[in-house]
Order: sequence, then C-alpha cells, then structure tokens
Amino acid sequence: MRPKVEIKGIREGLLVTLGEGEWPELQSTLVENIQHRVDFFRGARVALDVGNQILHAVELSRLRDMLSEQGIALWAVLSNSPTTEQTAQTLGLATRLFKPHPERPAPSVDTTLDGEAAILVRRTLRSGIKLQHPGHVIVIGDVNPGAEIVAGGDVVVWGRLRGTVHAGAEGNLQSVVCALDLSPTQLRIAGNIAITPQRRGKPLPEIARWVDGHVIAETWNPGK
Amino acid sequence: MVAKVVTVSSGKGGVGKTTATANMAAALAAGGQKVVCIDGDIGLRNLDVVMGLENRIVYDIVDVVEGRCRLRQAMIRDKRLPELYLIPAAQTRDKNAVSPSDMVRLCDDLRTDSDWILIDSPAGIERGFRNAIAPADIVVVITNPEVSAVRDADRVIGLVEAEEKGPARLIINRIKPEMVRRGEMLTTEDVLELLAIDLLGIVPEDERVVVSTNRGTPIVLDGKSLAGQAFRNIARRLQGDSVPFLELDNQGGLLGRIKGLFRPGGD
Repeated sequence: MRPKVEIKGIREGLLVTLGEGEWPELQSTLVENIQHRVDFFRGARVALDVGNQILHAVELSRLRDMLSEQGIALWAVLSNSPTTEQTAQTLGLATRLFKPHPERPAPSVDTTLDGEAAILVRRTLRSGIKLQHPGHVIVIGDVNPGAEIVAGGDVVVWGRLRGTVHAGAEGNLQSVVCALDLSPTQLRIAGNIAITPQRRGKPLPEIARWVDGHVIAETWNPGK
Repeated sequence: MVAKVVTVSSGKGGVGKTTATANMAAALAAGGQKVVCIDGDIGLRNLDVVMGLENRIVYDIVDVVEGRCRLRQAMIRDKRLPELYLIPAAQTRDKNAVSPSDMVRLCDDLRTDSDWILIDSPAGIERGFRNAIAPADIVVVITNPEVSAVRDADRVIGLVEAEEKGPARLIINRIKPEMVRRGEMLTTEDVLELLAIDLLGIVPEDERVVVSTNRGTPIVLDGKSLAGQAFRNIARRLQGDSVPFLELDNQGGLLGRIKGLFRPGGD
C-alpha cells in the first residue's frame, strides 16, 4: 500500500501531513504528489507534519533542497520526535505552526510547568538559531549574539549568554534567567524588556529576575 | 589521488573569500599539488579576474552541468603554475542554474584526478552558498576583525554544523596590528572567543594584495609580502603541517602573542 499524503490549506500556507511508513518511500510519494500538481505547489510555503519519523540533518536538508528545486519553501517541520524537532531547529525551520501566545489562556504557574518540563541543549547556539520551548531551557555552552531563546519558564546558561533571551514568554513573571556571563543583547521576563548595561571587568555568574516592577540582575555570591 | 574539497565561505561579502581562494590555491599548486578552483559565484564571477585568467574563458561551470562541454574543456590551466586549474562561473546565469547535487557530482568527477578542489562560495546563505558547501570535506570560514563580519561568520559556522560538514576552520583576514595595539580593533582572541573554532590562519592587512588582485597575480608568489607569507602558511596547515602563526605584533614578542592566544576569556 502507498503511504498517505494529506494536503491542507492553512493560514500560513500549506500543511502537508505524511502517514506512517518508511522515510524513503514517504519522501518519494511526496515528491510524486508535488510533480502531479506542479502549478498548485509552485511558490508555496509548506509546513510538513512527519508524525513519528526520526529525521537527521542529511535527510531533512536533502528534502528541503528537493522542494526548493520545485520552487517550494519548506518553513516548518512538525514532529512528535524530539530528534526531528531538534534537527529542524538547527536547520532554521520552525517546529510549530502558531506562537503559543494567543492560543492559550494565560495559565497559572502550576499548570504550565507541570512536572517542570525542561529542554537541555549541550552546544553553542550560534547566530540565527531560535530555540523555543514551553518549559524551561538549559544550555550548556554559549549563546552567541544573533541567537534567540524563548522559554515558557526559566533559562539557565552554563556559559556566556550574549544573544536575546525571553523567559516566562507566556506571561510568568516568576521566571528567571541565569548565566555564568550574563550579557544578553536583550533580556525579557514575561512582557518586560531589559537591555544589559556594558560590562566592565571580569564576568561573574548572575541571575536576573523581576522584582517590584524592574528586571534586576544579581551576582551570585558564594560567601552568602 | 583523492582530492579534498575545501569550500571558502564567509556569509558577509567583501571579507576576502575570492582573494583567499586564489592564494591558497596558488600556494598549494606552487608546492607541487594539483589544484582545481571552482568559482561558485554564478552571475557575479570574479575568481577568474583575481587569478588573471579572465581572457581565456571559453566554457564555464553551467556549460559542464548542462552538458554543452566536457569537464576537461572548462578547466583553464594557470599561466604560471601548470598544476593549477580554474573552472569559472557563468556570468550570464544565476545561482539556480546549478543545484547542490550537480556540485557533488562535479567534484566526484574531479576527485580522482587532483589533490585539492577549492570552491569559492558567494556571499550570503542562500542557494549559492548551499551549492558551494554541498560537496565540501572542509569548510574554511573567513572573517575580518569587525563585529558585523564576525556575526555573519558565526551564522555560517552554525549552518555548516547543521549540514553535518564537521567543524569549520577559521581565517581572520585583514588584521591591522597597529589598530589592535591601540585597542581600536577586535583582537584574534576576541574573535576566537566568540566563534570557538580551530584557527587556520591570520592574514595581516597588506596594500600589495590590492595590487596583486588587480593584476591577477597571486600575492603568495610575492616573497616579500607578509600577507603572501600568511597564505603560504595557511596552505601548509591545510596539508597537515604545524606552522606557527605569523609574528604581527613586533612589540609584544612571540611569547606575549602566544600567551594572548591562550589566555582564557581575555579582558
């Protein structure tokens, strides 16, 4: 039996959902589908739902190339597999269709952070990478200028934080950002924006939080 | 022979990709290696100009890909170095005339018959860039000691990592030791701290480079130029030799410079 390919128009373009099956077969079914309806697809922005497929950069970038040769822009890959999601993110693709913001009613702290879900990233986030996660984000590595972290909860960076960081993106004012070297281009907690002053001297670990209407950064003091 | 494919990229334009490609190629060829350069900048070609081979172009890379000529016919032999060849870009087409898989096929055909294939990537991170890095074994990222160039280099390094092309290697081009000493220019350490990849070479600013690119004579053939020396060293490091970095700061002394390189964090 041929694997199923479902195509649906959505606000952001086309949503293509792939059924179950082996990846090479799914990919060729998809390409056939597109070649059948070249005019329909030309210039389209496509979001691809790959279900449980585990895809690595080689497969995903090859698919993106194949699509771009047909004049189709692949902008998002939706998947239940964390590996595929991470691959998509490193290739600069979106992994969800909507920003979490408008869809959900402002949830209380307890429910959003149920089980304190967190994502751990053990590498340097370079310029152009956007890391979005509804829970906490922990990075072991540097966050370079031009990289962006958007977290529903807290952000912890074991390294230099120099990109843009947004904690409590769904409105949680209790969220904090901490880093060994906290010098982000811009720091946001819930809806509040702070710009870090130019640092002088040696960096020390710091934690930024929302206190009495201000975003403040405190140095971690081992003596206290 | 199984050639290594080296792609020279930067993200930002004007940092010296083409000059670096031409000079690394000339230095490798002068050392007896067989080198083929490919100009990846279809539509805005200029590697042929920098190499002084513009007037010999008959066929170009698009002719090869579209089957109008054989690969050999598009390979222009250098005037001075018999083991150096150039496959020029087409000037009348755009980046879409070639696909990443075309580049992989082309390089596979060249691999068995040469030691090095050097690809000059266009600026930007779109189709031309993806064409250029598709066949690469080694990606060399080139930057200037300027914040904007370093930012783009960081983005390119991230994309190279995402394509699983292994860690990129870095050339910092057009360093002005005088300005670094006055604290007016990013230092090698500043750049390395941010990009955190292996350093392949540091090239000082040198007015003679402008003269050499205008004349189409690689600066590596000029024994007196410091930039030429830097590119010769880079070619040796590419071949696996361990060569100390050039002494650019006469006042700091070699020891000071090495200490500077390894000082954690800088300040």
